[in-house]
Amino acid sequence: MKALIIDDSRAMRLLLRRIVKGLGYEVFEAGNGQEALDVIAAGVLPDVALIDWNMPVMNGLEFVSAMRSNQETRSVTLMMVTTESERAQIVRALAAGAHEYLIKPFTEDALASKFELLGLLPVEV
Amino acid sequence: MTSVSTEDFTFVADFLRQRSAISIGPGKEYLVESRLTPLARDIGLADLTALIGELRRPFPDPAIRDRVVEAMTTNETSFFRDQHPFDAMRTTLVPQVLERNAGIRRLNIWSAASSTGQELYSIAMLLDTHFPELQNWDVNLMGTDLSTDVLNRARDGRFSALEVNRGLPAPMMVRYFERSGAEYVVDPALRRWCTFTQMNLAEAWPVLPIFDIVFCRNVLIYFEIPIRQKILEKINRTLAPGGHLLLGAAETTLGIVEGYRPVRIGNTVAYRVEA
Repeated sequence: MKALIIDDSRAMRLLLRRIVKGLGYEVFEAGNGQEALDVIAAGVLPDVALIDWNMPVMNGLEFVSAMRSNQETRSVTLMMVTTESERAQIVRALAAGAHEYLIKPFTEDALASKFELLGLLPVEV
Repeated sequence: MTSVSTEDFTFVADFLRQRSAISIGPGKEYLVESRLTPLARDIGLADLTALIGELRRPFPDPAIRDRVVEAMTTNETSFFRDQHPFDAMRTTLVPQVLERNAGIRRLNIWSAASSTGQELYSIAMLLDTHFPELQNWDVNLMGTDLSTDVLNRARDGRFSALEVNRGLPAPMMVRYFERSGAEYVVDPALRRWCTFTQMNLAEAWPVLPIFDIVFCRNVLIYFEIPIRQKILEKINRTLAPGGHLLLGAAETTLGIVEGYRPVRIGNTVAYRVEA
């Protein structure tokens, strides 16, 4: 399983990398939406993308729209991970095609709970 | 944080067993330290040792005594905790009640250790989302807890961003919550089904309605076996024939009481009271 972390903060990418790796994922990173599209174009189609909202070059919402409008990437699960906490913003993100929404700051178990909601945790046998 | 001495830990463990029937075994010193140190500070005492000193007085202040019991009651909770009991509700348990109670059009559900309300509000969201026919039913969702602090929070229906992050699907958040300052408030239309009442499971129970489904998740583990047995027997008597009890993953009725039949529904086990 592959996860793509998209955030312009290196510290946040490191934090997310540690948690998501702990959930059993191979982790890829990008510093903004355009870089993330480049990673995907280079052949990495993730199972899930964790997306910050406010980033230079291409923001998270634009990235979500780009992913959902492309036949080859529309099946990727998209989760916003952002400080934007207004209800209207959450509605916007969901309308654009995001599947889940996590408000920063968050706890490790909150992120895991979102993965569980999305059916993205490894199945226990 | 002050570390708790062996004598003090034993004293607190005995105190809790007497006051709430909650059992804290060896190795849980951290629980006493992490829960009671902030309380000591909040009351204006120097540290944990001073707080336990207050409890050791011949006639301790009842308010302090109650707050210690409340602080030691586990409040760890989240929306749709573990998910699979709620899947069982959606696929099987609620449809069964809809059929069984079609004549009287009444649904009673009890969250027996409701803490700050996430479990009861999760049930309410699930019912409202998946069972629109319940709009014409008499729906009573009752939450009870030992701690008046958490019940007040549950009644307010206000949650922090950290709390709504845990387990609450984003589509449900935007449907059922309004932002108010830094918090998120549960929709009043959803709250009309919900009531919260103080109750100690280990003591005498008030008169309760007959329930169709009881959630008593992750609370029995804190009680010793004889108390667990009594609670499970009393829940059995308050469940309608054909009603179900949902326990935490580490809990069971098997080998403790008769009168329940375990039924596997997806990834959860419900305990059915035979008709």
